[in-house]
Amino acid sequence: MKASLFITCVNDVFYPRVGKAMVQVLRKCGVQLDFPEGQVCCGQPSYNSGYHEETRQAAKQIISAFANSEYVVGASGSCVGMIKQHYPELFQDEPDWEDRARELSQKIYEFSQFLVEVLRVEDVGAVLNATATYHQSCHMTRILKETETPKRLLEKVQGLEMVELPLGTDCCGFGGTFSVKMAHISEAMVQEKTEHIMETKARVLIGADMACLMNISGRLRRNGQKLRVMHIAEVLAEGSAG
Amino acid sequence: MAHEPAFQERVKKALQNENMKKALRNVQATFRNGRDRQVEIMGNWDEWVDRAKEIRAHVLENLDSYLDQFSTNVEKNGGKVFFAATGQEAIEYITNLAREKNCKTFVKSKSMVSEEIHLNHALEEMGIDVAETDLGEYIIQLAHEPPAHIVGPALHKTREEISELFSQLAGKKLSKDTPTLTRFVRKTLRPKFLNAEIGMTGCNFAVASTGSVVVVTNEGNADMSTISPKAHIVLMGMERIVPDWKSLDVCQTLLPRAATGQAMNVYTNVISGPKQAADIDGPEEWHVVILDNGRSNILGTKYREVLHCIRCGACLNYCPTYRQIGGQAYGFAYSGPIGAILACLLDDIKVWKDLPFACTLCGACTENCSVGIPLDQFILQLRVEAVQKGLTPWSERVAMKAFSTAASNPGLYELGLKIGRSVLRGRANQDGVIEKGPGPLAAWTQHKDFPLPAEQSFRDWWRKEGGNQ
Repeated sequence: MKASLFITCVNDVFYPRVGKAMVQVLRKCGVQLDFPEGQVCCGQPSYNSGYHEETRQAAKQIISAFANSEYVVGASGSCVGMIKQHYPELFQDEPDWEDRARELSQKIYEFSQFLVEVLRVEDVGAVLNATATYHQSCHMTRILKETETPKRLLEKVQGLEMVELPLGTDCCGFGGTFSVKMAHISEAMVQEKTEHIMETKARVLIGADMACLMNISGRLRRNGQKLRVMHIAEVLAEGSAG
Repeated sequence: MAHEPAFQERVKKALQNENMKKALRNVQATFRNGRDRQVEIMGNWDEWVDRAKEIRAHVLENLDSYLDQFSTNVEKNGGKVFFAATGQEAIEYITNLAREKNCKTFVKSKSMVSEEIHLNHALEEMGIDVAETDLGEYIIQLAHEPPAHIVGPALHKTREEISELFSQLAGKKLSKDTPTLTRFVRKTLRPKFLNAEIGMTGCNFAVASTGSVVVVTNEGNADMSTISPKAHIVLMGMERIVPDWKSLDVCQTLLPRAATGQAMNVYTNVISGPKQAADIDGPEEWHVVILDNGRSNILGTKYREVLHCIRCGACLNYCPTYRQIGGQAYGFAYSGPIGAILACLLDDIKVWKDLPFACTLCGACTENCSVGIPLDQFILQLRVEAVQKGLTPWSERVAMKAFSTAASNPGLYELGLKIGRSVLRGRANQDGVIEKGPGPLAAWTQHKDFPLPAEQSFRDWWRKEGGNQ
């Protein structure tokens, strides 16, 4: 099977380790990968700030970059949700682009979705001896409507004990540009999120969206709390080198 | 409507209020748990939501004819109908009536529309003793504050603060136990109910087929406000209509369950006219004031569905922003997601432009809406409008343009990333994170560390590995 990597700008710049882990896990599952070089930021920051004309430029670039891909696997529930849900809406006045947006929308999957729904794999042979909690991320949950596949994958990780995060459906306070425009409200939200995380006594925080995790880990660090923060791809790459 | 201080100042004040913080967490927990339980008991909640959504959409499609049917029936029942195009018109009608009745005491059961048009202020200026009779509304009236929640207006007040307010009124120190406080309110409000010349209620639903007004309470204060006074005024938004009793059943099944987690509210008043010959008590006059105040302007727009709202307040109870700042920081009568939208649509987006941005677009409001309003999408749409109207900062507009240009040119995009990386990497502290960010990042690093861009980006690694070969 062939698939293209949609690495997302946050992972490309800040967390290449997530992309590398994804490559490792997907190759282990026998997927032949490519990385279309033309990919840029999906445009979520401008889209969610109300700049839809500006977002169309980014969307067209992404659509073109993945035009020849059979499948696209993305490392973020939020960015995949953006492409799946909002790209077709963006081009209501440009039917050609709307068709192309729909085509991409149908072949793009978030990483854990791709493993479970396309590859039909739940156990990738990962081992991680730790107690962890999972932050489910709002866009993954409410735009992609995906809550099950990451849990199923994590259940199969040897040695991993999952603890439920209290008020797990609540936003971490990231919200893209919200985190700088409404920094005080964002702080209050993420502070509460870190309190709930600490309550679980977990040593590892897992998520499927590094933007949310960047927000949470930034606060954890500021508070001097030393938790390991991992993308689900990194967890699945643990103990399964090669 | 002027609102001072500015939004960010109101937010800071709210965030510093520890009592408020505790109260908001408690009230969200109580209301969420209650609603979640009811959703589970019902088993087919989504079907009820879909049905209610259909009913509300049908009413709005045919609002003219239903308003006509409703008002014809109200008049048939012996009531008077007044259509108020603006809040000011509603205030004039009500104050004229008060003058005509030589009104000294005016009792009100809970009405969010009266908060919307600031009715109390106008009546008080005439020297009338206006008494809110819903306990929560009464408390915030004494404190001279706007409501903190659509359903629980005084939820942010602690027992100590309430005891203080009541003690001031009583002229002596009251203890803060519940029986003492409620006994005091009962003693204070009872003569007002009995002496009031006019009683006013809001309206949860107006049944067109019979010209009936349905008011729900948990305290019985709507009964008290409508039995003794000689005149009863109903103040309602023009979109409160349901076609008939069957559709009322659907909406009323959802309202208390979604609002407070009650299968049924304690009192459900159905008022279909003034006192009849055989009645022992009841008002001699029944006035129904139907308010537009910007609503009909929404009807023909993409925001029409916001008029589906049945004011259950569920969107507030699941909102992460509301959870932190409470209702008063919004500065508008309605708060939370629905309030942010209504402020911009009923009033002016230029005045309320901060509110649509005080949202993480997490979607919890839409997920839990009783009538399927795409609240988060409307909030996003209002941001688009704010951009189109030039209400966003100049620097942001320039940055977004620059992003747009770079995004359509991968070479330029990569160059931008490289420059950004070297700027940020120069900001590293000894732990390899950024504690003090440049530009807009400074707002982030005030509260949180920011990660350092990796030494080698993913795309550079991939190229070096020859991944695409």
